[in-house]
Amino acid sequence: MAIDPKKHEMPTQAPEVRAHNFQEVALGYTEEIALAEASRCLNCKNQPCVGGCPVNIHIPEFIGRIKEGDFEGAYQIISQTSSLPAVCGRVCPQESQCESKCTLGIRFEPVGIGRLERFVADWHNANVKEKAVAPESNGHKVAIVGSGPSGLTCAGDLAKKGYKVTVYEALHTAGGVLVYGIPEFRLPKSIVAKEVDTLKELGVDVETNVIIGKTLTIDELFEMGYEAVFVGSGAGLPNFMNIPGEAYKGVYSANEFLTRSNLMKAYLDDPKTPIMKGGKVAVVGGGNVAMDAARTALRLGAEKVYIVYRRSMEELPARKEEVEHAEEEGIDFRLLCNPVEILGYNNPDNPRDPKNGFVTGIRCIKMELGEPDASGRRRPVEIPGSEFELDVDAVIMSIGTSPNPLIKSTTKGLEVNRRGGIIINEDGLTSRENVYAGGDAVTGAATVISAMGAGKVAAKSIDALLSAK
Amino acid sequence: MYKIIRKKVLNPTVTQMEIEAPLVARKAKPGQFIILRVNEEGERIPLTVAGTNPEEGTVKIIFQIVGATTEILNHKEQGEYIQDFVGPLGVATHTEGIKNVCIVGGGVGCAIAMPVAQEFHRLGAKVTSIIGFRSKDLLILEDEFRECSDRLEVMTDDGSYGRHGNVTVPLKEMLEAGEKFDMIITIGPLIMMKFVVAAAKPFDVPVTVSMNPIMIDGTGMCGGCRITLVRDGKRITKFACVDGPDFNGYEIDFDEAMSRGRMYFDYERKAHEEACNLFKKA
Repeated sequence: MAIDPKKHEMPTQAPEVRAHNFQEVALGYTEEIALAEASRCLNCKNQPCVGGCPVNIHIPEFIGRIKEGDFEGAYQIISQTSSLPAVCGRVCPQESQCESKCTLGIRFEPVGIGRLERFVADWHNANVKEKAVAPESNGHKVAIVGSGPSGLTCAGDLAKKGYKVTVYEALHTAGGVLVYGIPEFRLPKSIVAKEVDTLKELGVDVETNVIIGKTLTIDELFEMGYEAVFVGSGAGLPNFMNIPGEAYKGVYSANEFLTRSNLMKAYLDDPKTPIMKGGKVAVVGGGNVAMDAARTALRLGAEKVYIVYRRSMEELPARKEEVEHAEEEGIDFRLLCNPVEILGYNNPDNPRDPKNGFVTGIRCIKMELGEPDASGRRRPVEIPGSEFELDVDAVIMSIGTSPNPLIKSTTKGLEVNRRGGIIINEDGLTSRENVYAGGDAVTGAATVISAMGAGKVAAKSIDALLSAK
Repeated sequence: MYKIIRKKVLNPTVTQMEIEAPLVARKAKPGQFIILRVNEEGERIPLTVAGTNPEEGTVKIIFQIVGATTEILNHKEQGEYIQDFVGPLGVATHTEGIKNVCIVGGGVGCAIAMPVAQEFHRLGAKVTSIIGFRSKDLLILEDEFRECSDRLEVMTDDGSYGRHGNVTVPLKEMLEAGEKFDMIITIGPLIMMKFVVAAAKPFDVPVTVSMNPIMIDGTGMCGGCRITLVRDGKRITKFACVDGPDFNGYEIDFDEAMSRGRMYFDYERKAHEEACNLFKKA
């Protein structure tokens, strides 16, 4: 049988429909499509895809189970290495990870590994009602700081080995960036809640409303009897460009805009937390977060949404599928442009004019690509005299985040690098004894799956440390 | 869930509650704040800690009913619960080396100023307090201030109690009479703090102001609380939640902070009306 050169498409909501609702964009494979897609896997001997996965999921094995129609078996194989399959199947940048290594991809499109992973996880969640069972306790206590992807993964791996794990979360809902950052239409919050519930079934305690570094310190956690601590506190602090006008009303960090919409549910018709809806919106940046912010603004009723990015489409760091979805929905990409000033309304005759201080536009300058910089990408250079203005009512800055200093500033002997990232060794160990770290708190803003990988490494090291006691 | 242990109405628009939150009670220092949500759908609002009882495990908050959330909170009674309560957030008020302090509070800001005044009194500093209100009906915490202050001036805008006028009147008098404060700490409406800074400037007295901008998470994540400091002609962005809430009053861009504070003015007014109507119907 000849191999289908193309990946099976995933059914999605039509762009003109989904641009006005917050329901999930991609609807997932049916059993039929999953079987057909699984049959494209060559089951090659050297399994390059596994090496492309930050948590080394046994990809050909789980796809093999799908071929046999054993979907639960496939789920069990994924679960051996991944705690959050329904999440990763949705948000991983597979095109630069597992699928980029796929042998089939040399001649054709690679196997849709991410789509199959999502199918398997959704099948399990829909069809298997058995609860996870907490294993027998080994008597060791571990504290996890932050309930994002690295923390949940570390907690899950340790709980499965019998550790008594407590996860401390600063916000009122567990999930970290999965709940405050990634929008409902890309990752339904019910899926995150399900993953957190599974951890609770495994015996993990989740304590919300506790800020480590404020409510409790790392030292106090050790006094409370925890034998090891994993810090997965994320890269919380939003960056701004330091250009004139960033204090005008209507300028948001992507974190604020998305937190208002996602965590605080400002997207509802009668929200308790306000957000600017409608009008024209410019999102500055080209990452996944920028795509999320732009598409959220559109769904909140914006008549026009721009992405303003200083390099070209080729360098745009967002996941390919998200960029395609955004383009289909009508997001206007203004590439090779960089903002130089945000413009606001000021009525010189009436200082009490209610419109005073609100955003009216953004002034940008056109860019061209020069020589490659330290990151290997071609450096954008301003074209003199090419300034132009876009009329907008809101500007969302999505140009990255920095690690939160709350823990560093209250933990003696915890070393960080120049950018504030916690320094760790290959085992995930920090400069403090028995304190491990991973995820964006170490690397600065990165992906969900790399954070999960770091959580796994730390869990393994913590197990090695404590089981030797 | 966090239990309301005690509730006390201080005046028709200001209420005091003591909330059971042992971890916060153990840690909170004067000048720090908490964030709460009243119910599952509610918004997060920051409120400055007005006192703690670590033995009992309670934290005192004092709030003015200004919007939908504070309206709903005010309808909660002793023994009932609120959904979320997290803290302590922000940096505590600096007290080191200050032997002679002037505390200037306005309106509900006096609730925040009070524990700061008490702390300086406890540390043995000379405490002068100036507290101002629109009228006698809105007066709060006079006895508490009297207890911890070496000198107290109570001002009302309409002259219905204490002295007639705003808080800068006695402040200027004292400074002109040669009073050498090590620090003036002012907490209240932005416009009042701006005038306190202006009054102190000719006398070269340091002024600390307590900022209370729009905020969501309170841990530095959203950047909604950003304020601009002007230092040596350069504009510097700071996050009130992690860098503050206290700042050098001479550096604050007050006009910008006032403008940003009105971002959701229309929404908030409407939401408050709706909340009031809801309680009227009930």
